[in-house]
Amino acid sequence: MLDFSFVPGTFWFEAWQARFSLLSGIWVTMSASALTILFATILGVAVGTALAYGWWWLRLLARLYVDFMRGIPVLVLILFTYYGLALFGINVPAYWAGVIALSAFATAHIGETLRGAVESVPMGQMEAGKAIGLRFLQRLRYVILPQALRRMLPPWVNTGLEVVKGTTLLSIIGVVELLLTNQQIVARNYLIVDFYLFAGLLYLMINASIAALGARLERRFSYLRY
Amino acid sequence: MADDVLLRAQGVRKSFGAVEVLKGIDLEVRQGQVVSLIGASGSGKTTFLRCVNLLEEHDGGEILLDGDPVGYRVEGGRRRRLSETAISAQRARIGMVFQQFNLFPHLTAEENVMLGLTKVLNKPKAEAREIATHWLGRVGLAERRGHYPYQLSGGQQQRVAIARAVAMEPRLLLFDEVTSALDPELVSEVLGVMQGLAESGMTMLVVSHEMLFVREVSHHVVFMDQGRVAQAGTPEAVFGNPESERLRSFLGRFHGMFGMV
Ligand SMILES: Nc1ncnc2c1ncn2[C@@H]1O[C@H](COP(=O)(O)OP(=O)(O)O)[C@@H](O)[C@H]1O
Ligand SMILES: [Mg+2]
Repeated sequence: MLDFSFVPGTFWFEAWQARFSLLSGIWVTMSASALTILFATILGVAVGTALAYGWWWLRLLARLYVDFMRGIPVLVLILFTYYGLALFGINVPAYWAGVIALSAFATAHIGETLRGAVESVPMGQMEAGKAIGLRFLQRLRYVILPQALRRMLPPWVNTGLEVVKGTTLLSIIGVVELLLTNQQIVARNYLIVDFYLFAGLLYLMINASIAALGARLERRFSYLRY
Repeated sequence: MADDVLLRAQGVRKSFGAVEVLKGIDLEVRQGQVVSLIGASGSGKTTFLRCVNLLEEHDGGEILLDGDPVGYRVEGGRRRRLSETAISAQRARIGMVFQQFNLFPHLTAEENVMLGLTKVLNKPKAEAREIATHWLGRVGLAERRGHYPYQLSGGQQQRVAIARAVAMEPRLLLFDEVTSALDPELVSEVLGVMQGLAESGMTMLVVSHEMLFVREVSHHVVFMDQGRVAQAGTPEAVFGNPESERLRSFLGRFHGMFGMV
Protein backbone atom coordinates (compact mmCIF):
# COMPACT_ATOMS: atom_id res chain seq x y z
CA MET A 1 0.00 0.00 0.00
CA LEU A 2 2.99 2.25 0.52
CA ASP A 3 3.98 1.61 -3.08
CA PHE A 4 2.88 4.74 -4.87
CA SER A 5 3.52 3.64 -8.43
CA PHE A 6 0.42 4.08 -10.57
CA VAL A 7 0.21 0.91 -12.68
CA PRO A 8 -2.37 -1.89 -12.84
CA GLY A 9 -2.16 -4.16 -9.81
CA THR A 10 -1.16 -1.41 -7.41
CA PHE A 11 -3.60 -0.18 -4.80
CA TRP A 12 -3.84 3.40 -5.97
CA PHE A 13 -4.41 2.44 -9.56
CA GLU A 14 -7.07 -0.12 -8.70
CA ALA A 15 -8.74 2.28 -6.30
CA TRP A 16 -8.84 4.96 -8.98
CA GLN A 17 -10.29 2.49 -11.44
CA ALA A 18 -12.99 1.60 -8.95
CA ARG A 19 -13.59 5.15 -7.71
CA PHE A 20 -17.23 5.31 -8.74
CA SER A 21 -18.06 1.98 -7.12
CA LEU A 22 -16.24 3.07 -3.99
CA LEU A 23 -18.07 6.40 -3.81
CA SER A 24 -21.35 4.62 -4.36
CA GLY A 25 -20.50 2.12 -1.61
CA ILE A 26 -19.63 4.91 0.80
CA TRP A 27 -22.85 6.66 -0.12
CA VAL A 28 -24.94 3.56 0.47
CA THR A 29 -23.32 2.94 3.84
CA MET A 30 -23.67 6.55 4.95
CA SER A 31 -27.22 7.03 3.73
CA ALA A 32 -28.40 3.72 5.23
CA SER A 33 -26.73 4.69 8.53
CA ALA A 34 -28.16 8.20 8.53
CA LEU A 35 -31.68 7.05 7.69
CA THR A 36 -31.51 4.32 10.32
CA ILE A 37 -30.31 6.73 12.99
CA LEU A 38 -32.99 9.23 12.01
CA PHE A 39 -35.85 6.71 12.06
CA ALA A 40 -34.58 4.98 15.18
CA THR A 41 -34.23 8.25 17.06
CA ILE A 42 -37.79 9.33 16.28
CA LEU A 43 -39.27 5.90 16.96
CA GLY A 44 -36.96 5.34 19.92
CA VAL A 45 -38.25 8.50 21.60
CA ALA A 46 -41.78 7.17 21.12
CA VAL A 47 -40.91 3.70 22.45
CA GLY A 48 -38.94 5.15 25.38
CA THR A 49 -41.80 7.48 26.26
CA ALA A 50 -44.22 4.56 26.11
CA LEU A 51 -41.93 2.56 28.42
CA ALA A 52 -41.73 5.40 30.92
CA TYR A 53 -45.25 6.82 30.85
CA GLY A 54 -47.50 4.52 28.85
CA TRP A 55 -50.72 2.86 30.02
CA TRP A 56 -49.88 -0.60 31.34
CA TRP A 57 -50.75 -2.37 28.09
CA LEU A 58 -48.68 0.06 26.05
CA ARG A 59 -45.76 -0.35 28.45
CA LEU A 60 -46.08 -4.10 28.14
CA LEU A 61 -46.12 -3.93 24.34
CA ALA A 62 -43.10 -1.64 24.26
CA ARG A 63 -41.29 -3.85 26.76
CA LEU A 64 -41.96 -6.98 24.69
CA TYR A 65 -40.76 -5.21 21.57
CA VAL A 66 -37.56 -3.96 23.17
CA ASP A 67 -36.66 -7.28 24.77
CA PHE A 68 -37.44 -9.15 21.58
CA MET A 69 -35.32 -6.86 19.43
CA ARG A 70 -32.44 -6.92 21.84
CA GLY A 71 -32.59 -10.68 22.14
CA ILE A 72 -32.19 -11.69 18.51
CA PRO A 73 -29.16 -11.16 16.27
CA VAL A 74 -29.45 -8.22 13.88
CA LEU A 75 -28.59 -10.50 11.00
CA VAL A 76 -31.62 -12.67 11.69
CA LEU A 77 -33.71 -9.52 11.67
CA ILE A 78 -32.26 -8.45 8.34
CA LEU A 79 -32.75 -11.86 6.74
CA PHE A 80 -36.28 -12.04 8.05
CA THR A 81 -37.18 -8.61 6.75
CA TYR A 82 -35.80 -9.40 3.33
CA TYR A 83 -36.63 -13.06 2.74
CA GLY A 84 -39.29 -13.58 5.36
CA LEU A 85 -41.53 -10.78 4.17
CA ALA A 86 -41.09 -11.94 0.58
CA LEU A 87 -42.71 -15.22 1.60
CA PHE A 88 -45.81 -13.24 2.51
CA GLY A 89 -45.75 -11.55 -0.84
CA ILE A 90 -44.31 -8.34 0.56
CA ASN A 91 -41.33 -7.47 -1.56
CA VAL A 92 -39.09 -4.86 -0.05
CA PRO A 93 -35.97 -3.79 -1.96
CA ALA A 94 -32.84 -5.06 -0.22
CA TYR A 95 -31.67 -1.57 0.73
CA TRP A 96 -34.96 -0.70 2.40
CA ALA A 97 -35.29 -4.10 4.02
CA GLY A 98 -31.91 -3.43 5.56
CA VAL A 99 -32.80 0.06 6.72
CA ILE A 100 -36.06 -1.20 8.21
CA ALA A 101 -34.35 -4.07 10.04
CA LEU A 102 -31.54 -1.90 11.38
CA SER A 103 -34.05 0.78 12.43
CA ALA A 104 -36.16 -1.77 14.27
CA PHE A 105 -33.06 -2.91 16.10
CA ALA A 106 -31.71 0.56 16.90
CA THR A 107 -35.19 1.76 17.94
CA ALA A 108 -35.16 -0.81 20.73
CA HIS A 109 -31.78 0.36 21.95
CA ILE A 110 -32.61 4.05 21.79
CA GLY A 111 -36.00 3.41 23.39
CA GLU A 112 -34.45 1.65 26.33
CA THR A 113 -31.80 4.35 26.70
CA LEU A 114 -34.42 7.07 26.57
CA ARG A 115 -36.52 5.36 29.21
CA GLY A 116 -33.52 5.36 31.53
CA ALA A 117 -32.73 8.99 30.74
CA VAL A 118 -36.34 10.09 31.26
CA GLU A 119 -36.54 8.27 34.56
CA SER A 120 -33.32 9.87 35.74
CA VAL A 121 -34.89 13.33 35.43
CA PRO A 122 -36.01 14.20 38.98
CA MET A 123 -39.73 13.84 39.76
CA GLY A 124 -39.83 17.48 40.75
CA GLN A 125 -39.35 18.52 37.11
CA MET A 126 -42.58 16.87 36.02
CA GLU A 127 -44.35 18.35 39.03
CA ALA A 128 -43.04 21.84 38.40
CA GLY A 129 -44.33 21.48 34.85
CA LYS A 130 -47.72 20.41 36.16
CA ALA A 131 -47.77 23.27 38.64
CA ILE A 132 -47.54 25.90 35.91
CA GLY A 133 -50.32 24.17 34.00
CA LEU A 134 -48.41 22.45 31.19
CA ARG A 135 -50.26 19.52 29.66
CA PHE A 136 -48.61 16.10 29.44
CA LEU A 137 -47.18 16.45 25.94
CA GLN A 138 -45.98 19.96 26.74
CA ARG A 139 -44.23 18.74 29.88
CA LEU A 140 -42.61 16.05 27.80
CA ARG A 141 -41.55 18.38 25.04
CA TYR A 142 -40.42 21.42 26.98
CA VAL A 143 -39.30 19.98 30.31
CA ILE A 144 -38.48 16.27 30.30
CA LEU A 145 -37.15 15.46 26.83
CA PRO A 146 -34.64 18.32 26.60
CA GLN A 147 -33.07 17.08 29.81
CA ALA A 148 -33.36 13.39 28.94
CA LEU A 149 -31.91 13.81 25.44
CA ARG A 150 -28.92 15.62 26.87
CA ARG A 151 -28.37 12.76 29.29
CA MET A 152 -28.63 10.11 26.60
CA LEU A 153 -26.20 11.74 24.19
CA PRO A 154 -23.26 9.38 24.93
CA PRO A 155 -25.27 6.13 24.56
CA TRP A 156 -26.99 7.61 21.52
CA VAL A 157 -23.60 8.13 19.88
CA ASN A 158 -22.74 4.51 20.73
CA THR A 159 -25.88 3.30 19.01
CA GLY A 160 -24.93 5.41 15.99
CA LEU A 161 -21.53 3.70 15.82
CA GLU A 162 -23.17 0.28 16.12
CA VAL A 163 -25.53 1.14 13.29
CA VAL A 164 -22.70 2.12 10.94
CA LYS A 165 -20.92 -1.14 11.69
CA GLY A 166 -24.23 -2.97 11.39
CA THR A 167 -24.69 -1.81 7.79
CA THR A 168 -21.96 -4.29 6.78
CA LEU A 169 -24.53 -7.01 7.41
CA LEU A 170 -26.60 -5.62 4.55
CA SER A 171 -23.98 -7.05 2.19
CA ILE A 172 -25.43 -10.47 2.95
CA ILE A 173 -28.75 -9.60 1.29
CA GLY A 174 -26.86 -8.08 -1.62
CA VAL A 175 -26.88 -4.40 -0.78
CA VAL A 176 -23.71 -3.09 -2.38
CA GLU A 177 -22.56 -1.01 0.52
CA LEU A 178 -18.97 -0.21 1.39
CA LEU A 179 -17.94 -3.70 2.45
CA LEU A 180 -19.49 -5.52 -0.51
CA THR A 181 -18.01 -2.93 -2.86
CA ASN A 182 -14.57 -3.76 -1.52
CA GLN A 183 -15.26 -7.47 -1.72
CA GLN A 184 -16.15 -7.08 -5.38
CA ILE A 185 -13.00 -5.08 -6.06
CA VAL A 186 -10.86 -7.64 -4.25
CA ALA A 187 -12.44 -10.40 -6.34
CA ARG A 188 -11.04 -8.67 -9.41
CA ASN A 189 -7.53 -7.78 -8.28
CA TYR A 190 -6.79 -9.93 -5.20
CA LEU A 191 -5.45 -6.93 -3.25
CA ILE A 192 -7.04 -8.41 -0.16
CA VAL A 193 -5.01 -6.68 2.54
CA ASP A 194 -5.05 -3.30 0.81
CA PHE A 195 -8.75 -3.04 0.20
CA TYR A 196 -9.97 -4.50 3.46
CA LEU A 197 -7.58 -2.21 5.30
CA PHE A 198 -8.93 0.64 3.19
CA ALA A 199 -12.52 -0.32 4.04
CA GLY A 200 -11.63 -0.49 7.73
CA LEU A 201 -10.11 2.99 7.58
CA LEU A 202 -13.20 4.38 5.88
CA TYR A 203 -15.46 2.92 8.60
CA LEU A 204 -13.13 4.35 11.18
CA MET A 205 -13.38 7.79 9.57
CA ILE A 206 -17.17 7.69 9.42
CA ASN A 207 -17.38 6.67 13.04
CA ALA A 208 -14.78 9.20 14.13
CA SER A 209 -16.94 11.92 12.55
CA ILE A 210 -19.99 10.67 14.43
CA ALA A 211 -18.03 10.60 17.68
CA ALA A 212 -16.75 14.12 16.99
CA LEU A 213 -20.29 15.31 16.29
CA GLY A 214 -21.40 13.73 19.58
CA ALA A 215 -18.60 15.48 21.45
CA ARG A 216 -19.61 18.78 19.86
CA LEU A 217 -23.21 18.33 20.84
CA GLU A 218 -22.14 17.54 24.39
CA ARG A 219 -20.12 20.73 24.54
CA ARG A 220 -22.99 22.64 23.02
CA PHE A 221 -25.27 21.41 25.81
CA SER A 222 -22.72 21.68 28.58
CA TYR A 223 -24.75 24.46 30.19
CA LEU A 224 -27.22 21.77 31.09
CA ARG A 225 -25.61 20.99 34.41
CA TYR A 226 -27.25 19.73 37.51
CA MET B 1 -71.36 31.81 47.45
CA ALA B 2 -71.63 35.41 48.38
CA ASP B 3 -68.55 35.44 50.59
CA ASP B 4 -65.01 35.89 49.40
CA VAL B 5 -63.83 32.37 50.14
CA LEU B 6 -61.34 31.42 47.45
CA LEU B 7 -60.38 27.95 48.62
CA ARG B 8 -62.66 25.78 50.68
CA ALA B 9 -61.64 22.32 51.81
CA GLN B 10 -64.22 20.15 53.51
CA GLY B 11 -63.49 16.79 55.07
CA VAL B 12 -60.55 16.14 52.76
CA ARG B 13 -59.25 12.61 53.09
CA LYS B 14 -56.27 10.95 51.51
CA SER B 15 -54.69 7.55 52.04
CA PHE B 16 -51.49 6.05 50.73
CA GLY B 17 -52.24 2.35 50.67
CA ALA B 18 -53.63 1.47 54.06
CA VAL B 19 -52.25 4.58 55.75
CA GLU B 20 -54.68 7.45 56.04
CA VAL B 21 -52.57 10.58 55.88
CA LEU B 22 -55.36 13.18 55.76
CA LYS B 23 -58.30 12.37 58.02
CA GLY B 24 -60.80 15.04 57.11
CA ILE B 25 -59.27 18.46 56.66
CA ASP B 26 -61.51 21.54 56.83
CA LEU B 27 -59.92 24.78 55.83
CA GLU B 28 -60.81 28.07 54.19
CA VAL B 29 -58.67 30.65 52.48
CA ARG B 30 -60.29 33.97 51.73
CA GLN B 31 -59.35 36.26 48.89
CA GLY B 32 -56.20 38.19 49.77
CA GLN B 33 -55.50 36.19 52.90
CA VAL B 34 -52.34 34.44 53.97
CA VAL B 35 -53.13 31.16 55.67
CA SER B 36 -50.25 29.19 57.19
CA LEU B 37 -50.12 25.48 57.86
CA ILE B 38 -47.87 24.47 60.70
CA GLY B 39 -47.29 21.10 62.29
CA ALA B 40 -44.73 18.41 62.89
CA SER B 41 -43.07 16.60 60.02
CA GLY B 42 -45.36 13.85 58.72
CA SER B 43 -48.57 15.53 59.81
CA GLY B 44 -49.79 15.77 56.20
CA LYS B 45 -49.11 19.40 55.27
CA THR B 46 -47.36 18.62 52.00
CA THR B 47 -49.97 16.04 51.06
CA PHE B 48 -52.72 18.59 51.59
CA LEU B 49 -51.02 21.19 49.37
CA ARG B 50 -50.46 18.53 46.72
CA CYS B 51 -54.15 17.63 46.80
CA VAL B 52 -55.07 21.28 46.32
CA ASN B 53 -52.83 21.48 43.26
CA LEU B 54 -53.89 18.07 41.92
CA LEU B 55 -50.46 16.55 42.24
CA GLU B 56 -52.35 13.99 44.34
CA GLU B 57 -55.99 13.03 44.07
CA HIS B 58 -57.90 13.23 47.33
CA ASP B 59 -60.06 10.22 48.16
CA GLY B 60 -62.85 11.94 50.04
CA GLY B 61 -64.34 15.29 50.94
CA GLU B 62 -64.07 18.19 48.57
CA ILE B 63 -61.75 20.99 47.62
CA LEU B 64 -63.43 23.97 45.99
CA LEU B 65 -61.54 26.72 44.23
CA ASP B 66 -63.79 29.66 43.42
CA GLY B 67 -66.66 27.30 44.11
CA ASP B 68 -65.50 24.73 41.53
CA PRO B 69 -64.51 21.28 42.73
CA VAL B 70 -60.86 20.64 42.06
CA GLY B 71 -60.06 17.57 39.93
CA TYR B 72 -63.60 16.47 39.05
CA ARG B 73 -66.99 17.72 38.10
CA VAL B 74 -70.30 16.53 39.39
CA GLU B 75 -72.53 15.08 36.70
CA GLY B 76 -75.87 13.58 37.58
CA GLY B 77 -74.84 13.34 41.22
CA ARG B 78 -71.67 11.43 40.32
CA ARG B 79 -68.08 12.55 40.34
CA ARG B 80 -66.30 12.46 37.05
CA ARG B 81 -62.61 12.96 36.78
CA LEU B 82 -61.71 16.01 34.72
CA SER B 83 -59.82 15.65 31.46
CA GLU B 84 -56.12 16.28 31.37
CA THR B 85 -56.74 19.63 29.68
CA ALA B 86 -59.23 20.73 32.32
CA ILE B 87 -56.94 19.60 35.12
CA SER B 88 -54.04 21.55 33.59
CA ALA B 89 -56.27 24.61 33.35
CA GLN B 90 -57.13 24.30 37.05
CA ARG B 91 -53.49 23.89 37.96
CA ALA B 92 -52.63 27.03 36.04
CA ARG B 93 -54.93 28.97 38.39
CA ILE B 94 -52.92 27.74 41.37
CA GLY B 95 -49.22 28.48 41.66
CA MET B 96 -46.88 26.31 43.65
CA VAL B 97 -43.40 26.87 45.03
CA PHE B 98 -41.50 23.77 46.11
CA GLN B 99 -38.98 23.10 48.83
CA GLN B 100 -36.45 21.93 46.21
CA PHE B 101 -37.07 24.91 43.85
CA ASN B 102 -37.53 22.58 40.84
CA LEU B 103 -36.37 25.17 38.35
CA PHE B 104 -35.94 23.85 34.82
CA PRO B 105 -32.15 23.42 34.60
CA HIS B 106 -32.02 23.71 30.80
CA LEU B 107 -33.69 27.13 30.79
CA THR B 108 -32.43 30.51 31.94
CA ALA B 109 -34.16 32.33 34.78
CA GLU B 110 -36.11 34.35 32.25
CA GLU B 111 -37.05 31.29 30.18
CA ASN B 112 -38.19 29.52 33.34
CA VAL B 113 -40.65 32.32 33.97
CA MET B 114 -41.67 32.60 30.31
CA LEU B 115 -42.46 28.92 29.68
CA GLY B 116 -45.89 28.91 31.32
CA LEU B 117 -46.72 32.33 29.96
CA THR B 118 -46.12 31.31 26.34
CA LYS B 119 -47.26 27.67 26.41
CA VAL B 120 -50.10 27.77 28.92
CA LEU B 121 -51.41 31.33 28.72
CA ASN B 122 -50.47 31.59 25.01
CA LYS B 123 -48.94 35.01 25.40
CA PRO B 124 -46.69 36.28 22.60
CA LYS B 125 -42.96 35.95 23.36
CA ALA B 126 -42.35 39.67 23.65
CA GLU B 127 -45.12 40.14 26.18
CA ALA B 128 -43.99 37.06 28.12
CA ARG B 129 -40.47 38.46 28.25
CA GLU B 130 -41.79 41.77 29.55
CA ILE B 131 -43.74 40.02 32.28
CA ALA B 132 -40.73 37.87 33.17
CA THR B 133 -38.51 40.93 33.37
CA HIS B 134 -41.05 42.64 35.60
CA TRP B 135 -41.31 39.74 38.05
CA LEU B 136 -37.60 38.95 38.09
CA GLY B 137 -37.14 42.61 38.96
CA ARG B 138 -39.71 42.34 41.73
CA VAL B 139 -37.78 39.47 43.31
CA GLY B 140 -34.52 41.40 42.91
CA LEU B 141 -33.02 39.35 40.08
CA ALA B 142 -33.33 41.66 37.08
CA GLU B 143 -29.60 41.32 36.42
CA ARG B 144 -29.68 37.54 36.59
CA ARG B 145 -32.39 36.88 34.04
CA GLY B 146 -29.94 35.28 31.55
CA HIS B 147 -28.44 32.95 34.14
CA TYR B 148 -29.05 29.24 34.27
CA PRO B 149 -30.18 27.77 37.58
CA TYR B 150 -26.78 26.22 38.31
CA GLN B 151 -25.31 29.72 38.17
CA LEU B 152 -27.60 30.95 40.95
CA SER B 153 -27.51 30.51 44.70
CA GLY B 154 -30.27 28.58 46.44
CA GLY B 155 -31.96 31.76 47.56
CA GLN B 156 -31.82 33.20 44.05
CA GLN B 157 -33.17 29.99 42.55
CA GLN B 158 -36.07 30.02 44.96
CA ARG B 159 -36.84 33.63 44.10
CA VAL B 160 -36.88 32.72 40.40
CA ALA B 161 -39.26 29.87 41.28
CA ILE B 162 -41.52 32.37 43.04
CA ALA B 163 -41.38 34.68 40.03
CA ARG B 164 -42.24 31.73 37.78
CA ALA B 165 -45.30 30.92 39.89
CA VAL B 166 -46.58 34.43 40.44
CA ALA B 167 -46.06 35.56 36.83
CA MET B 168 -48.92 33.24 35.86
CA GLU B 169 -51.22 35.47 37.92
CA PRO B 170 -52.64 32.53 39.84
CA ARG B 171 -55.68 32.93 42.06
CA LEU B 172 -53.81 31.18 44.85
CA LEU B 173 -50.15 30.57 45.60
CA LEU B 174 -49.00 27.49 47.52
CA PHE B 175 -45.66 27.47 49.34
CA ASP B 176 -44.29 24.19 50.70
CA GLU B 177 -41.45 24.81 53.14
CA VAL B 178 -39.74 26.95 50.55
CA THR B 179 -36.90 27.98 52.84
CA SER B 180 -36.15 24.57 54.34
CA ALA B 181 -33.51 23.65 51.77
CA LEU B 182 -31.72 27.00 52.05
CA ASP B 183 -28.62 27.96 53.98
CA PRO B 184 -29.71 30.02 56.99
CA GLU B 185 -28.27 33.26 55.66
CA LEU B 186 -30.37 32.95 52.47
CA VAL B 187 -33.70 32.42 54.22
CA SER B 188 -34.54 36.06 54.80
CA GLU B 189 -34.24 37.11 51.15
CA VAL B 190 -36.91 34.55 50.24
CA LEU B 191 -39.14 35.40 53.19
CA GLY B 192 -38.81 39.06 52.23
CA VAL B 193 -40.17 38.33 48.75
CA MET B 194 -43.05 36.35 50.24
CA GLN B 195 -43.87 39.14 52.64
CA GLY B 196 -43.93 41.58 49.74
CA LEU B 197 -46.38 39.34 47.88
CA ALA B 198 -48.58 39.04 50.95
CA GLU B 199 -48.65 42.82 51.35
CA SER B 200 -49.60 43.26 47.71
CA GLY B 201 -52.75 41.21 48.40
CA MET B 202 -51.73 37.83 46.98
CA THR B 203 -53.77 34.94 48.35
CA MET B 204 -51.33 32.46 49.83
CA LEU B 205 -51.42 29.08 51.55
CA VAL B 206 -48.07 28.61 53.23
CA VAL B 207 -46.43 25.62 54.90
CA SER B 208 -43.53 26.89 56.93
CA HIS B 209 -41.41 26.26 59.97
CA GLU B 210 -40.38 29.92 60.08
CA MET B 211 -42.60 30.74 63.06
CA LEU B 212 -41.67 34.40 63.25
CA PHE B 213 -42.67 34.84 59.65
CA VAL B 214 -45.85 32.82 60.11
CA ARG B 215 -46.85 34.86 63.12
CA GLU B 216 -46.17 38.17 61.47
CA VAL B 217 -47.59 37.59 57.99
CA SER B 218 -50.51 35.18 58.44
CA HIS B 219 -54.14 36.16 58.78
CA HIS B 220 -54.96 32.67 59.85
CA VAL B 221 -52.88 29.81 61.22
CA VAL B 222 -53.79 26.13 61.02
CA PHE B 223 -52.02 23.60 63.22
CA MET B 224 -52.10 20.14 61.71
CA ASP B 225 -51.49 17.06 63.76
CA GLN B 226 -51.52 13.49 62.44
CA GLY B 227 -53.72 14.28 59.46
CA ARG B 228 -56.20 16.47 61.30
CA VAL B 229 -56.62 20.15 61.97
CA ALA B 230 -55.93 20.31 65.68
CA GLN B 231 -56.32 24.04 66.12
CA ALA B 232 -56.94 26.97 63.81
CA GLY B 233 -57.34 30.68 64.36
CA THR B 234 -55.58 34.00 64.32
CA PRO B 235 -51.82 33.93 64.94
CA GLU B 236 -52.49 35.51 68.32
CA ALA B 237 -54.87 32.73 69.29
CA VAL B 238 -52.76 29.85 68.01
CA PHE B 239 -49.42 31.11 69.30
CA GLY B 240 -50.75 32.87 72.38
CA ASN B 241 -53.25 30.32 73.53
CA PRO B 242 -52.30 26.83 72.35
CA GLU B 243 -55.13 24.55 73.41
CA SER B 244 -53.48 21.18 73.15
CA GLU B 245 -50.39 19.71 74.72
CA ARG B 246 -49.18 18.74 71.26
CA LEU B 247 -49.35 22.30 69.97
CA ARG B 248 -47.62 23.55 73.12
CA SER B 249 -44.81 21.07 72.70
CA PHE B 250 -44.60 21.78 68.95
CA LEU B 251 -44.30 25.52 69.59
CA GLY B 252 -41.90 24.84 72.43
CA ARG B 253 -39.35 23.69 69.88
CA PHE B 254 -39.28 27.18 68.46
CA HIS B 255 -39.02 28.79 71.85
CA GLY B 256 -35.59 30.23 71.16
CA MET B 257 -36.97 32.04 68.15
CA PHE B 258 -39.83 33.60 70.03
CA GLY B 259 -37.42 34.74 72.70
CA MET B 260 -35.91 36.99 70.07
CA VAL B 261 -39.10 38.89 69.32
N1 LIG C 1 -46.36 9.21 47.98
C1 LIG C 1 -46.47 8.73 49.23
N2 LIG C 1 -46.59 7.40 49.44
C2 LIG C 1 -46.70 6.91 50.68
N3 LIG C 1 -46.71 7.65 51.79
C3 LIG C 1 -46.59 8.97 51.67
C4 LIG C 1 -46.45 9.59 50.38
N4 LIG C 1 -46.35 10.92 50.55
C5 LIG C 1 -46.42 11.14 51.89
N5 LIG C 1 -46.57 9.98 52.55
C6 LIG C 1 -46.71 9.84 54.01
O1 LIG C 1 -47.73 10.69 54.41
C7 LIG C 1 -47.45 11.27 55.66
C8 LIG C 1 -47.58 12.77 55.58
O2 LIG C 1 -46.56 13.26 54.77
P1 LIG C 1 -46.43 14.78 54.36
O3 LIG C 1 -47.70 15.22 53.79
O4 LIG C 1 -45.22 14.90 53.53
O5 LIG C 1 -46.22 15.48 55.77
P2 LIG C 1 -45.56 16.87 56.11
O6 LIG C 1 -45.45 17.68 54.88
O7 LIG C 1 -46.47 17.48 57.13
O8 LIG C 1 -44.21 16.58 56.69
C9 LIG C 1 -46.06 10.81 56.05
O9 LIG C 1 -46.18 9.75 56.97
C10 LIG C 1 -45.49 10.31 54.74
O10 LIG C 1 -44.59 9.27 54.98
MG1 LIG D 1 -43.70 18.46 53.95
